[in-house]
Amino acid sequence: MLWGSNARETHPIYFHHVLKGIRRGARMVAVDPRRTSSAQWADLWLGLDVGTDVALANTVGREIIAAGLENRSFIDHATVGFEEYRRSVEPFTLERGEELTGVPRAAIRELAHSYATADRAQICWTLGITEHHNAVDNVLGLINLGLLTGHVGRYGSGLNPLRGQNNVQGGGDMGAIPNKLPGFQDVEDAALRARFESAWGCTLPDRIGWHLSLMFEAMEHGDLKTLYVIGENPAQSEADATRARALLDGLDHLIVQDILFTRTAQMADVVLPAAATWAEADGTVTSSERRVQRVRKALEPPGQARDDMAILCDLARRLGHDWGTPTAQQVWDELRSLSPMHGGMSYSRLEQLGGIQWPCADEQDPGSQFLHGRLWQTPLEGAPAPFHPVEHQPPVDKLDDQYPLRLTTGRTLDSYNTGVQSEGFRSPIRRGDSLDISPQDGDRLGVADGERVQVSSRRGSLEVTARYTDGLRPGLVFMTLHFPDQVDTNLLTIDAWDRKSGTAEFKATAVRVDKLAAR
Amino acid sequence: MDLHLATVEPSAAERAAVDTVLDGAVPAAAGSELQDAAGGGRIEVGGARARRGVRHLLLPALHGVQDEIGWISPAALDYVCRRLAVPPAEAYGVATFYALLATEERPPRVAHVCDDIVCRNAGAAEICQVLEQRLGPAHETAAGSHGTPHEAAGEQRATWMTSPCLGLCERAPAVLLQLAGDRDAALAPAAADVVCEALAAGSGGAAGAVPAGSAQVVPAPQSATVRSPAPQTERAATAAELTLLRRVGTVAPESIDDYRRHGGYAALRRAFELGPEGVLRELDDSRLLGRGGAAFPAAAKWKAVAHAAARPHYVVCNADESEPGTFKDRVVMEQDPYAVLESMTIAGFATGATQGYLYVRGEYPVATERLQAALAGARARGLLGSDILGTGMAFDIDLRRGAGAYICGEETALFNSLEGFRGEPRSKPPYPTEVGLFGKPTVINNVETLVNLLPILLAGGRAYAAQGTAQSTGTKLFCLSGAVAVPGVYEVEFGVTLRQLLELAGGTVGGTPRAVLLGGAAGSFVGPEHLDVPLTFEDTRRIGSTLGSGVVMPFAPTTDFPDILRRIARFFRDESCGQCVPCRVGTARQEESLARLCRDGAGAERALLGDLAQVMGDASICALGHTAAGALQSALALGLLE
Repeated sequence: MLWGSNARETHPIYFHHVLKGIRRGARMVAVDPRRTSSAQWADLWLGLDVGTDVALANTVGREIIAAGLENRSFIDHATVGFEEYRRSVEPFTLERGEELTGVPRAAIRELAHSYATADRAQICWTLGITEHHNAVDNVLGLINLGLLTGHVGRYGSGLNPLRGQNNVQGGGDMGAIPNKLPGFQDVEDAALRARFESAWGCTLPDRIGWHLSLMFEAMEHGDLKTLYVIGENPAQSEADATRARALLDGLDHLIVQDILFTRTAQMADVVLPAAATWAEADGTVTSSERRVQRVRKALEPPGQARDDMAILCDLARRLGHDWGTPTAQQVWDELRSLSPMHGGMSYSRLEQLGGIQWPCADEQDPGSQFLHGRLWQTPLEGAPAPFHPVEHQPPVDKLDDQYPLRLTTGRTLDSYNTGVQSEGFRSPIRRGDSLDISPQDGDRLGVADGERVQVSSRRGSLEVTARYTDGLRPGLVFMTLHFPDQVDTNLLTIDAWDRKSGTAEFKATAVRVDKLAAR
Repeated sequence: MDLHLATVEPSAAERAAVDTVLDGAVPAAAGSELQDAAGGGRIEVGGARARRGVRHLLLPALHGVQDEIGWISPAALDYVCRRLAVPPAEAYGVATFYALLATEERPPRVAHVCDDIVCRNAGAAEICQVLEQRLGPAHETAAGSHGTPHEAAGEQRATWMTSPCLGLCERAPAVLLQLAGDRDAALAPAAADVVCEALAAGSGGAAGAVPAGSAQVVPAPQSATVRSPAPQTERAATAAELTLLRRVGTVAPESIDDYRRHGGYAALRRAFELGPEGVLRELDDSRLLGRGGAAFPAAAKWKAVAHAAARPHYVVCNADESEPGTFKDRVVMEQDPYAVLESMTIAGFATGATQGYLYVRGEYPVATERLQAALAGARARGLLGSDILGTGMAFDIDLRRGAGAYICGEETALFNSLEGFRGEPRSKPPYPTEVGLFGKPTVINNVETLVNLLPILLAGGRAYAAQGTAQSTGTKLFCLSGAVAVPGVYEVEFGVTLRQLLELAGGTVGGTPRAVLLGGAAGSFVGPEHLDVPLTFEDTRRIGSTLGSGVVMPFAPTTDFPDILRRIARFFRDESCGQCVPCRVGTARQEESLARLCRDGAGAERALLGDLAQVMGDASICALGHTAAGALQSALALGLLE
């Protein structure tokens, strides 16, 4: 099940494997407001209203229980909180589900039954689930379905967030998140912190830090005055870009370390040119399936560009900490000594085995194909997995007469995010940015295919070319964020964000579309 | 090349051409609560899976565009892709695979002038010369400019190009007219001014593509040439009646009543009496060997499919007769089309298939039309459909047209072509009896093999086997062309010698032949010392030759053999599908080496040609590569190039 993922365009290599499965007879369900090019390969596509994922998941859960299709023995063996969950989804009848999501009840029923009765089933999601103000609830709603049916921790089953880059997982693993030390060890756990402090010979902050959304709030309050940006382009990638740029402008000091001279870099006081880690540096990356793989340096970085690690070590030295000049392997071995889940991953084993999936405790450990295989062990190893009742909360940016259309954003096959990496090459299928709109809405608004129009939200307004698209129903419009220099989509988006995860609601903006005034 | 397909809209005419083929052919989804809900635009059921099930309609859809528009534009291709959920790159691969499909703009009226072995000695060059004077040089597909209109294409109404054998060798020279918006037509014997007239006519796509009163246009009955002066009844070996050809030239091909008056559908009734196992028994007793060239026992195929557990089973009639010099299946299809349908129905009955496919060579417009008419006639009389002759047996036949690819006569390439893929052969095993069309157990036989079922059932397998020799039972159709007095299709009992057969055709022209090509381009030359070889599978094998598809083509001593052999070498290079290296590279190197040999004398070339023959024979995927050196090697052995 692809839920909130247009993997055919956003994860084309992964989708290639999906297609192989489809050719061998695997069934696919796509849940997406748009009938995307991924959905066109599905056996069943459900075009729900933007931001009604929890309502749909709860309805599916209720239908599974009502039909007696839940995996009772797995629930009893490996989970807690089922009763509470059952009560929480009780109001989500098929009728109510249809009312909330717009999806016909017969299709919701079909989805529930085929997911519950499948021998193996996976739910894969991407930003359609997480770029909402209730991102974590959305994820929990899907996890509940996996627990309900036992489609987790077994071969061919699982709950899979498809990562957007080759090393998003690795970033989290290494502690580049505000609440965890490397190996997902809690910052606020004194005993864990003490291990790092003794290894590093310093004191570590004992509180959770700020994530990106909180940093911008801190800038707004004047609590954050210096920003060091590594490999990110917030001047164009943040929701409500006008506000984001004003805040970046207001900083005392902005440092940007990147391989390209991004829009954010153009605003910086200091720019540190970095090496490209996939070709100009040694190290490792970790894929969506937790597989750590070696990356080898093939080229010397151009000009003054330097390895990120060397830049960081130099910076530390200037700040009074001599970290020496470690090699990538030395840094990795230090990590292995501090992060138990990486313990057995020596460089030689990584090379020998073509990568290892964490957790991997020691050099005898082959790694772990399934993260939650323990849930099937008898007796159960570790704590049971909890159900998390979640409630439907519609998008923050409400539709009204003034802003009657729902804008959702996403990516296309040949471009990546704000275009920093992808605009440098030509592509025969790149169409440039546009406002994708259903022919019906176009007709109603008197907007022709290819006509320039004005798109406005409660935060901003821009001009863009309208393009008729079959995969959109009336009331739904779509834009990418690939061409911020021409069409600054994030002038429109709302900076409402999920307090639990820090992710912004890029997927649900209320807009209006107007013909351009005659010139 | 860059495929900017998604942004180009097809013209109304292109859209209509595709819709005409696909509307109705793409099955509507079954009604259900879910399907009903799908109308609201919130869900889609079946999606690509339903459309993927109709991939086999790709070639018919491409034909539809080619027939109406005269070429397949990127926009039209894209529209086909959208309707069938086929990736554009794959559809482009399919469209460019076939010689009769154009993926770049070209004039709407095209003459394909056969310059193959027979026609080149019968006036093809003169036709080409006239066409060049009037229309300019032969049309060429400019590599790398696909999808880009030719400069003058918009104004020019007609063009021409050379073609491999069109299967009209008994009336050489032959020309096929491919006319956008009109019915295609075959001219034989063709005269240059008639070809020009036909190309100039038909300004508005109206009927009458070919000038009225032109006696050379086929549909003129062919029986004259088939049964013609050399009386088939005075057979050399026996005086038996004609069997396979008995209705050819005597029945009206379009009349099902005439067919029945002449014994039609008696064999099917007999099959119903015998039951499927009874039919298989008779076939077994007949010891019928396949007539397509491989001489595989037909009963072994049929029994394997009949008893295969996997379902459904399919029957495929291989009517993609493309071996240069071969035209017997065409004559049967044109003159006795119901016999083909009846034989396929019997095959369906015996092997438990309810769907048959009849894959007709794209260059056979008359056979196609007559078979289509016969299909309609048989359906109307309940001889095809859900309850044949009131027995409850269901069987129907889908006619599919090839599009100009010799390789599609190879059975697994034909399956791929039918399924909507490039016509590239598959590796065997698994054999078609296990994994055939759509991956299911499939009986595939050519037209001649199938129509033998009728006499086998009517006379009984044992009586059939009494004809011919112990190992080659029954009668055989031979295609005589080249240096014979009366070219045509001749039916004789196995055992007749080559000399007797040539005499039957009125004798050779120009004295004792220097060599006779047996089996077509994939066969081999035999010298005059073998004129007394009996034409049986075993005797031809004994002398290192083959019956192949039944081609018997004598060449007078004055023949320009280097020219003939270079044409054969070019044929294989052109027709190699390119899938496997030994054949793709081998056929090209063979042609080059032969050209040097003809220019400079043997030198090192003979050894090189021998090596190439060895490699192609050992390592090619299919019979095309295995046989691509046969004719040349036999010619070298006979000293035809000295």
